[in-house]
Amino acid sequence: MKEQVNLKIDNLSVSVDEGTTILEAAKKINIRIPTLCHHEDLCVAGNCRVCVVEQAGLDRLQPACANPVSEGMEIFTNSLKVRNSRKQIIELLIAEHRAECTTCYKNGKCELQSLTNEYIVGENGFIPLVPLKGYTVDEFSPSIIKDDSKCIRCQRCVRTCDQIQSISALTVAHKGGEMKVSTFFEKPIYEVVCTNCGQCVNRCPTGALTEKVYINEVWDALYNPEKFVVVQTAPAVRIALGEALDMKPGEIVTGKMVAALRRIGFNAVLDTDFSADLTIIEEGNELLHRLKRALKDKDPDVKIPMTTSCSPGWIKFIEHTFPDMLENLSTAKSPQQMFGALAKTFYAQKMGVDPANMVSVSVMPCTAKKFEANRPEMRASGYQDVDYVVTTRELALMVKQAGIDFGSLPDDDYDSIMGESSGAAVIFGATGGVMEAALRTVYEVVTGREVPFDGLNITPVRGMENVREASIKIEDPVPEWDFLDGVEVKTCVAHGLSNAKKVMEAVKSGKADYHFIEIMACPGGCLGGGGQPLPTSPEIRKKRSEAIYREDSGKKIRKSHENPEIVQIYEEFLHEPLGHKSHELLHTNYVARQRY
Amino acid sequence: MLQTNETIKKLADKFGRKEESLLPILENVYEQKHIISEDDMVDIARELDISAAKVYGTATFYSFLETKKCGKYVIRICKTITCMMHGKNQIIKELEELLKVNLGETTPDGLFTLKETNCLGQCHKGPAMLINDAPFTELTPGKVRDIVNKYRQEEKQVAS
Ligand code: SF4
Ligand code: SF4
Ligand code: SF4
Ligand code: FES
Ligand code: FES
Repeated sequence: MKEQVNLKIDNLSVSVDEGTTILEAAKKINIRIPTLCHHEDLCVAGNCRVCVVEQAGLDRLQPACANPVSEGMEIFTNSLKVRNSRKQIIELLIAEHRAECTTCYKNGKCELQSLTNEYIVGENGFIPLVPLKGYTVDEFSPSIIKDDSKCIRCQRCVRTCDQIQSISALTVAHKGGEMKVSTFFEKPIYEVVCTNCGQCVNRCPTGALTEKVYINEVWDALYNPEKFVVVQTAPAVRIALGEALDMKPGEIVTGKMVAALRRIGFNAVLDTDFSADLTIIEEGNELLHRLKRALKDKDPDVKIPMTTSCSPGWIKFIEHTFPDMLENLSTAKSPQQMFGALAKTFYAQKMGVDPANMVSVSVMPCTAKKFEANRPEMRASGYQDVDYVVTTRELALMVKQAGIDFGSLPDDDYDSIMGESSGAAVIFGATGGVMEAALRTVYEVVTGREVPFDGLNITPVRGMENVREASIKIEDPVPEWDFLDGVEVKTCVAHGLSNAKKVMEAVKSGKADYHFIEIMACPGGCLGGGGQPLPTSPEIRKKRSEAIYREDSGKKIRKSHENPEIVQIYEEFLHEPLGHKSHELLHTNYVARQRY
Repeated sequence: MLQTNETIKKLADKFGRKEESLLPILENVYEQKHIISEDDMVDIARELDISAAKVYGTATFYSFLETKKCGKYVIRICKTITCMMHGKNQIIKELEELLKVNLGETTPDGLFTLKETNCLGQCHKGPAMLINDAPFTELTPGKVRDIVNKYRQEEKQVAS
């Protein structure tokens, strides 16, 4: 147990563990100290100074986020000196800030805005410097927009990209008055090593980093009577959308979301979970194929371990960082893109819709999906397979724009076909979920029996540990897979690209001998995606994760291969996993990109 | 695989391939080339296995490192408050007329680049400027003319 430290904050006594910051100690007794550069997921920066507090006996104010408590300390968070200094700091920030809240995407969700609101920062602040600054806005990327005129240089984004993602696409360039957050040589984000993961967007306190918004394009399609507009919803949207519509983290809103999409006017409300099940069939079979080639045929060309390929942030990361390991990636497209390719072929045929008149929209927890949809490889149907990607946040805005009282909506069901899914698909939204879903199917294919875990819950791959390993021994397989008898299938799960990098370096150097690796670019998996409602914190991600596993256990069907619509699409259209049609529509290839 | 150019490779061999070697490598590249180009930054990033953005961030943090092509002599006039109050604007005006370039530009003969910089620690003797590494203080328009002429003369002698 840690040493306890006793102190007083605003005359209230509190005792906390040694090493706790003043900020955390205040939080414990429900005193909120404002912050800007501080973020729970990141290391301390201490550069913005809005969190300053007064310490009895000290002349200088102290940043609460950067200072640990000490015995007998007396802290004042709301003294005259603190108030004045805080207000002045906010006024200084605003003097350099293009404060145009009414037209800003962050309006109402901006941490800077709420501070200026609290401190009634008026007109008599400092001379506005904005006209002198020559700020630029980078709008070239299909995923991320960077507006320097809204940046307060708190560097949360820089720390995010470095610490969570180990990429450092963003840095601090120049100094003093010219200091700015910049990419390499101030190039557009689109041209550098950015993976479009949007983790920096999730942590930016202002409107300086946002996703590119496609709401108007979607409305245009919906208002166009010639167009047949289909929508798909990713697994992690249904457990987070509520947060952006006045609900608490961890509420499952699948039925309400479907009802809202129908009210908004989509012609067909379908589910990415369906194609997640399909991904499991294709990717699971690919894994078995690779294992067969490696273990039975002793084919030296086959690449083991195979890694998952559903996270487009991860894909772009490996393309930049390990361009010589692209063959380790499963060729299976992500569920979004499998869905897109089938919507304008199989589904269009079935519904008698001309694919040229179909608009395919997806709702994703992810900003990288916007980039993915725009990749030149993703036109298997002869058209762009997915036309527009909106984030969970954008969908919440659309619901509001449509005047829908989300909380009071009755639950509704997805359309069919391509609307049915299993619990295995739902857990795609959490780190470890794809692994668990794949194992549920692969183990059964190989042995004819269910995975030997209570209630199909493969708990060793669950949780928020950075990197998790699990192995599962194959015993008594069916004859086709007899070469796997006694083989320990070694798996590994990592989330966040800095963890992915460690795992891949271990594989590259031969230190790790996994067969199958699941990687998600975002912390917590898609549930912590760059398009999810704000704010984000370990606690919120945990709530979302619990919701995902609750949704799984409540499903009638828990295994991808038992989804009746999956069975049907193979019978009617695809014929067999990894078959001709699958190769044409459901698999892809990758491109090596520059590492620097 | 792309090849790192020899200069950078040698410097990386000399200073080591750690992140701490970044600044000495940048200084040396600048000394040799009077510029740290985009390509060199990419090579440095590759040698040290750090992000290219980090190299750029460090290179732009130090105002004595240049990332755009500069003249043989870079004149940096202090723009900070004390020198400003001591009349650095007149000094800049004089230099602009003398060199026939604006602030931030390089003379067509590639000899001089005119720039501003932050406090040089010579506040008590402002206005102050640097020409490459050499400081000049208590400047007046006349003094500036003499200094520039001296540099021009030296160049001529070297050339002849
Ligand atoms: S970033 Fe925040 S404060 Fe700035 S204009 Fe947007 S909403 Fe307003
Ligand atoms: S989107 Fe991701 S990779 Fe790109 S700058 Fe932001 S954190 Fe870095
Ligand atoms: S872009 Fe956002 S997160 Fe990054 S420094 Fe600016 S305000 Fe902070
Ligand atoms: S929040 Fe403490 S210094 Fe920024
Ligand atoms: S103010 Fe010019 S040298 Fe310090």
